[in-house]
Amino acid sequence: MASLTDPPKESFRLGMLIYDTRYRSLTIQIVALFVFMIFAAWLINNTLANLAEQGKTIGFGFLSDPAGYDINQRLLDYSSQSTHWRAAFIGLLNTLLVAFMGCITATIIGVIVGVLRLSNNWIVARLMTVYVEAFRNVPVLLWIVFTMAIMIETLPAPRAFKGENPTANMVLFDSVAFTNRGVYIPEPLFSRGLGDLPVLPDRDSPACAAPEAGAPLNDSCGVFQISLDLILIVAVLAAGLYGSSRIKKRADRIQNATGDRPTTWYLRLGVVLVPLAIVLAILGFHLGYPQLKGFNFSGGTYLRNSLIALWLALSLYTAAFIAEIVRAGILAISSGQTEAAAALGLRSNRIMSLVILPQALRVIIPPLISNYLNLTKNSSLAIAVGYMDITGTLGGITMNQTGRELECVLLLMLVYLAISLSISGIMNWYNDRVKLVER
Amino acid sequence: MVQINFVRSVMEEQQAPPAATTGFLGWIRQNLFSSPLNAILTLLSLGFVAWLLAHSLPWIISPTWRATSLNECREILMGEGGACWGVIRERWLQLMFGFYPSELYWRPILAFLLLLIAVAPILFTGVPRRVLVFSAVYPFLMPWLLWGGPIWGPVVAGLGFVIGFYAHQFLKPIAGGLAAILTGVLLAILWWLFLAGPTASALSSVLPLALQSVESRAFGGFMLSITIGVVAIALSLPIGIVLALGRQSNLLIVRSLAVGFIEFIRGVPLITLLFVASTLLNIFMPPGTNFDIVLRVIIMVTLFASAYMAEVVRGGLAALPKGQYEAADALGLDFWMANRLIIMPQALKISIPGIVSTFIGVFKDTTLVSIIGLLDPLGLSNAIRADQAWNGIVWELYGFIALLFFVFCFSMSRYSMYLERKLQTGHR
Repeated sequence: MASLTDPPKESFRLGMLIYDTRYRSLTIQIVALFVFMIFAAWLINNTLANLAEQGKTIGFGFLSDPAGYDINQRLLDYSSQSTHWRAAFIGLLNTLLVAFMGCITATIIGVIVGVLRLSNNWIVARLMTVYVEAFRNVPVLLWIVFTMAIMIETLPAPRAFKGENPTANMVLFDSVAFTNRGVYIPEPLFSRGLGDLPVLPDRDSPACAAPEAGAPLNDSCGVFQISLDLILIVAVLAAGLYGSSRIKKRADRIQNATGDRPTTWYLRLGVVLVPLAIVLAILGFHLGYPQLKGFNFSGGTYLRNSLIALWLALSLYTAAFIAEIVRAGILAISSGQTEAAAALGLRSNRIMSLVILPQALRVIIPPLISNYLNLTKNSSLAIAVGYMDITGTLGGITMNQTGRELECVLLLMLVYLAISLSISGIMNWYNDRVKLVER
Repeated sequence: MVQINFVRSVMEEQQAPPAATTGFLGWIRQNLFSSPLNAILTLLSLGFVAWLLAHSLPWIISPTWRATSLNECREILMGEGGACWGVIRERWLQLMFGFYPSELYWRPILAFLLLLIAVAPILFTGVPRRVLVFSAVYPFLMPWLLWGGPIWGPVVAGLGFVIGFYAHQFLKPIAGGLAAILTGVLLAILWWLFLAGPTASALSSVLPLALQSVESRAFGGFMLSITIGVVAIALSLPIGIVLALGRQSNLLIVRSLAVGFIEFIRGVPLITLLFVASTLLNIFMPPGTNFDIVLRVIIMVTLFASAYMAEVVRGGLAALPKGQYEAADALGLDFWMANRLIIMPQALKISIPGIVSTFIGVFKDTTLVSIIGLLDPLGLSNAIRADQAWNGIVWELYGFIALLFFVFCFSMSRYSMYLERKLQTGHR
C-alpha cells in the first residue's frame, strides 16, 4: 500500500514542459533561442539576397586601397595615397584625442561648477545653476554647431594679423594666435633630439633605407613613428612619480610609527621636477612659435577650429552633467562626517582628502564613468563640423566613396564598442579600488 | 541664611537683532559678502552678468521683426549690432512643420493637442480614468493624422490587439493562462500577416474614409523631432522594462540575449545606429521592401532608448530590498503578478529621475537626424541659410531652436521633480 504522503510518481507528459516549473524554464529558453536564431537567420538571409541583387560581395579588401582623400587634422603622417585602413586609424586617433582632452576639461570644469553650486554665495550659486540647466536642456549637437559658428564668425581671419597696424594681435607674448581657421600654439622642439623610432617598419620600402649619418629617419617609414624624446620624457616622469609615491609611503610609515608626519612636499616635488628639467635641458628643449607668413601662420602647432569647437562644446556640455554628479556626491556625505573628523583634530584639507573625498568618490565614480562614455560617443558628432574623427573617415568619406555600407558601419560599431568597453573596464577597475569595503 | 540663587521673575525686553544681520542688508552680508573671497566672487559674477546683459540685451531687443531679408535687416539696424528676428517671423512655421503642406497644418496641431489629452491621465492622477481609453486609441490615431491615407489601416492594425485580447479572455477559463496568452498572440500575428491587408483594402473600397496622404519627406522641424521623440519615448519604456527583467532573469539564454543587446546598443553612438537606419535597414529586410526613412529612424531611436531605459529600470530593480521579492513569493504570486503588483510599482518609482532624464536625452538626440539628411530644426536652419535672402544668418536661428528645446526639456525635468515629490512615501 502506497503511503498517503507520497504522491504517485508521474510519468513525463508533454504538458509538463509548460506547466511544471522544473521544465518550464528550459522550454522558455529553448524557445527564446530558436526565435532568436530564426530571426538572425532571416536577417542574414535577407542581407545576402539583397547584396546578391545589388551585385555586391562582403569583404574588407577595399580597406587596403588608396583612400584618395585628405585629412586636415592628424596626429600621424598621412597623405591621400594612404590606404583606407590608415585613414580609419588616423580618424580613430582623432576620436581618442578629442575624447581624452574632453574628459579632462569636463572633469575640471564639472568639479569646479559642482562645488560652486553649493557655495553659500547666492549669486555664484545661481549663475552655476543657470549654466547647468542651460547646457543640460539643449542638444549637444546644437552646442557643437553653435561653438563652431562662434569660432568662425567672431574670431579674426589670419590676414587681420598682417601689416603695420594689425586689427588683431596674438596673445600671451605673441605666442598664441586665435584665428577663424583655428588656434596656433607654440610647439615643443628639441635641438638635440634623439630622433624617431619606426614602429612595424617595412624593410623593403625605400622609405626605410638606412639614413645617412645624423639624418633623421624618413617620416613615412613604418606604420607610425614614436618620438624617442617623448619616450625618454615619459620614462623620466614616471620614474619621478614612482619616487614621489615611495616618499609618501615612507612618510605614512613614519606617521604610523611615531605620530609625526615629516614634511615632504619639497622632496616629492623635487624628485619629479629636477630630473625632468635636466632631461629637457640635455635634449635642448625650446618652443617653436607660430609666425605669420604670407596670408597664414606657419610653425607652431595648429589646432583646427573644428577640433577646438568640438572639444569646447563637448567639455562644457558634459561638465554640466558632471557638476550635478559632484554636487550629489558631496551632498550624500552627511555633515556628521565632517564634524567627527574635526573632532578628531584633523585640519580642513585633510578632512577633505581623508574623510569626505573617499566617501564622495564612491558615489561620484559610477555615473562619472558613464559620462566619460557619453562624451566619447558624442564625439562622433564631429561629422557635423567636419572634424575627421573615425565617423568622419570610416563612416563618412570611406563609406560614401566605396559604397561598402555594411562593412564600414560594422567596423565603426566594433571600434566604438571596443573603446566603450575598455573605458568602462578601466574605470570599473578604478572604482573597485576606491570603493569602501562594506561589512 | 543668605539667599544666593537667582530666579528671574520678570523677563527682559527682547532686543532687536543687530541691524547688520536682518533685512535686506543682513541678507546681502550673509549671502554675498560673508568673506573677502566671497566678496571678490560676488563682484566678479556681478561684472560678468552686467557684461553679458550689456552685450546681449541690445542685440536681442532690435526692431527687426518686419525685415524680410538680411540686407533689409541691416538697413534697419544702420550698422549697429542687432538680431534679425525677421527670419523667425518669416520662417517659424517652417521651423515648426518643415515642408508639411500648409493647408494641412491642422492635422499635426490636432495630433499634438490630442497627445496632451492622451498623456494627461498618465501624467496626472486628477484626470478621470475613462480618458485612458482614448490614450489606448491614440497610438493608432496619431500616424493616421500625420501621414494621412485611408483610416482603415490603423483601425485594422488596432483590431489585431482587440482580437488577441478577446481570444485570451475567451480561452483563459477553458485552456488555462499560458495557452490563452500564446493563442491570443498567435491569432493577432496571423491577423496582421494575412488578413489585415485584404480587410483594410476591402473596407476602404466599401467606405473610402481617407485623409490626403503626406509623404515622410515633407516632415520636418519640431514636428519631426516631437514625432520621433514621442514614439521612441512611449515605446522605449515597455521594451526597456522587458529587457531589464530579461537581464535580471536567472534563465541563462534569456539573460545573455538581453545583456548582449543592451551592452551593444549602449556601446555604440546613436549616429552609427542612424547610419544603419539610413543605409542598412533596407538591406536587412526581404528584397523589395522599401519602407519609410522616418519609420526606420524611429525604429533605431526606439531601440537605442530602450537599452538605456533597461539600465535605468535595472537600477530600480536592484535598489529594491530583497525582502520585497521574497514577500511576493511568500504570498504565492506568480512571476507576472509579483512584478505587476509588488516589484514594478516600487522599482519604477525609484527610477523616475533616471527615466525622465532618458526621455530628455532621447528628445535632445532627435537632432542627430539632421546628420543623415532629415530636416529637423537644425537641418532646416541650414536649408534656410541656403536661401538668398537669409544667407549668413546664424545666431537667431540657433537661439530660437535652443530656446524651444530648452522649454521642452526643462518642463520635462520639472515634471519629474513634481512626480518624485508626489510619490514620495516618506520611507527615508
